[in-house]
Amino acid sequence: MIEISPRFFRHSPSLLARTAFFVILSLLLMTLDSRSKYLGGVREIFSVIVYPLQKLAQVPLSMYASASELFQHSEIAEENARLKQQHLVDKGQLLRLRALEAENTQLRKLLNATQRIKNKVTVAEILRVPHDPFNRKVLLDKGSMSGIEAGQAVVDDIGVVGQVTRNYPLASEVTLLTDRDHSVPVQVVRNGLRSIISGTGREGGLELRYMAINTDIREGDVLVTSGIDGVYPPGLPVAVVSQIDRNPNYIFARITCTPAAGVNQNRQLLILSTPAPRTGTPAEAAKMKSPQEAKRQ
Amino acid sequence: MPAKGWFIMLSLIVALLLNLIPLTGTARTLQPDFVALVMLYWYVNEPQRVGISMAFWMGLLMDLSNASTFGQHALGYSVMAFMALVFNRRMGIFEGYKQAPQIGLVLLSGQIVTLLAALIAGSPFPGWNFFLGSIVGTLLWPLLSAILRAPQKLWSASDAR
Repeated sequence: MIEISPRFFRHSPSLLARTAFFVILSLLLMTLDSRSKYLGGVREIFSVIVYPLQKLAQVPLSMYASASELFQHSEIAEENARLKQQHLVDKGQLLRLRALEAENTQLRKLLNATQRIKNKVTVAEILRVPHDPFNRKVLLDKGSMSGIEAGQAVVDDIGVVGQVTRNYPLASEVTLLTDRDHSVPVQVVRNGLRSIISGTGREGGLELRYMAINTDIREGDVLVTSGIDGVYPPGLPVAVVSQIDRNPNYIFARITCTPAAGVNQNRQLLILSTPAPRTGTPAEAAKMKSPQEAKRQ
Repeated sequence: MPAKGWFIMLSLIVALLLNLIPLTGTARTLQPDFVALVMLYWYVNEPQRVGISMAFWMGLLMDLSNASTFGQHALGYSVMAFMALVFNRRMGIFEGYKQAPQIGLVLLSGQIVTLLAALIAGSPFPGWNFFLGSIVGTLLWPLLSAILRAPQKLWSASDAR
C-alpha cells in the first residue's frame, strides 16, 4: 500500500477558496458567452476535441439502424411500393407546379418584379440533440468546411426548423424555432397578415406576441415565412395556429402555435444558403412590393 | 492502492461518450449524467488524485457538446465536486448502496445550481422531469461504483502476487 503522507503545513489554497475560484470563473464565462462573442475561438478549439467523441457516440445507433435495415426486407418492399405511389402523386403535383412556376415567371416579368432567388441546399445529418432543457438546439454534422455559415436557414421536407447560429469547422449549431430567443417574420396565408413568431423554450410551443385582440386570426391558420428578414426565403410553412385566447382584460391576444416541421423528429435536415438581401431601404422595399400587397396597405 | 491516472481519464472519456449517445423520448428524460457520476466516484474515493479543476474542464466539454451557455455545466460540476470533497470523510463510513442517498443529494444540488443559473439568465422552468436524471443516477450509483472498483481490485491482486 502506498500512502500519500499528509504534509504538516498545507500551502495550497483551501477547498472553499478553490471552489469559489471555479464558481466565479464559470459565472464569468456564462456572462461573457451570453453577452458577447469573444468566446468563439475557445468554443472552436473545444469543438474539435469533442467532435470525434460525438461521432463515436453515434456508432452504436447507426450500427443498430443498419442492422435493422438488413432484417427488414419486407418492410423495405412495402415502403418502396408506398414511395412509388407517393412519387406518382408528387410528380403530378410537380407538373402542375412547373406550369404555375412558368406562369409566375411570366407574370413577374410582366410586373417587372425581381425574380425569386433560388437557394442552394446542403443536406446535413443531426449529430446530436443536446440533453439540455434550457435551450432548443441541435448540432449538425456539416460545418464551415462545407460552406455553412451562421445565419443560414434550416428546413426539413415540411417547413422551417431553425437557423444556424454557430459554425465550427466540422459541425454547426442550429437554434430551433422553439428556442426562446428565436423569432421568424411570418405571414398568415389566409389574409397576408404579417407578424413575428417567437419560440417559448417549451417543446412544440410557439407564440405570436403583441397581436391586438381584434386581429383577424383564427385557429388553424397556416403561417409561412414572409421573407422580409432576408434570412428565410419567403413562403416556407412555419407553424399552424393552435389556440387563441382573447381575454378582454389584456391588450394583446395570447396566440399559441405548433411548428409545422417535425422540429424534433428528423435525422436529416436541409441547410439553405443565405439569399442576397433583396431589399435595401424601406423606399426600395415599397417599390418592390407586388401591387396586390401594396393595395392592402 | 491509488487508481492509475490513465484509468481515471479513460473512465471520464467513456462517461462523456455515454452522455453523448443520442437518445430520444423517455430514455432521454431518464438519461443520467454519467460524467457527473464518474466524477463523483473519483472525488469520493480518490480525493487526492483529482482536483476541482477537473470538474470545471469536464463541465466546459459538456457545455460545448450540449450547445449550452459556456460555464453552465462547469458551475454545476464545480459545486458538486466541492460537496463530494466535503462529504468525503462521511462517505468512507458507508459501503456500496448506502452511499447512494448522499450521492443523490450531491447530484440534485448540482442540478439545482445549474437550474438557478439558467433561471436567472431568463430560461423558462423546464418542468419537474428535469430532476429524473439525478434519481436514475442515484439508483445507478452502486452498480457504477462496483464497475469502477473491479479493475482496481484486479490490479492490486496481481501486484500482491
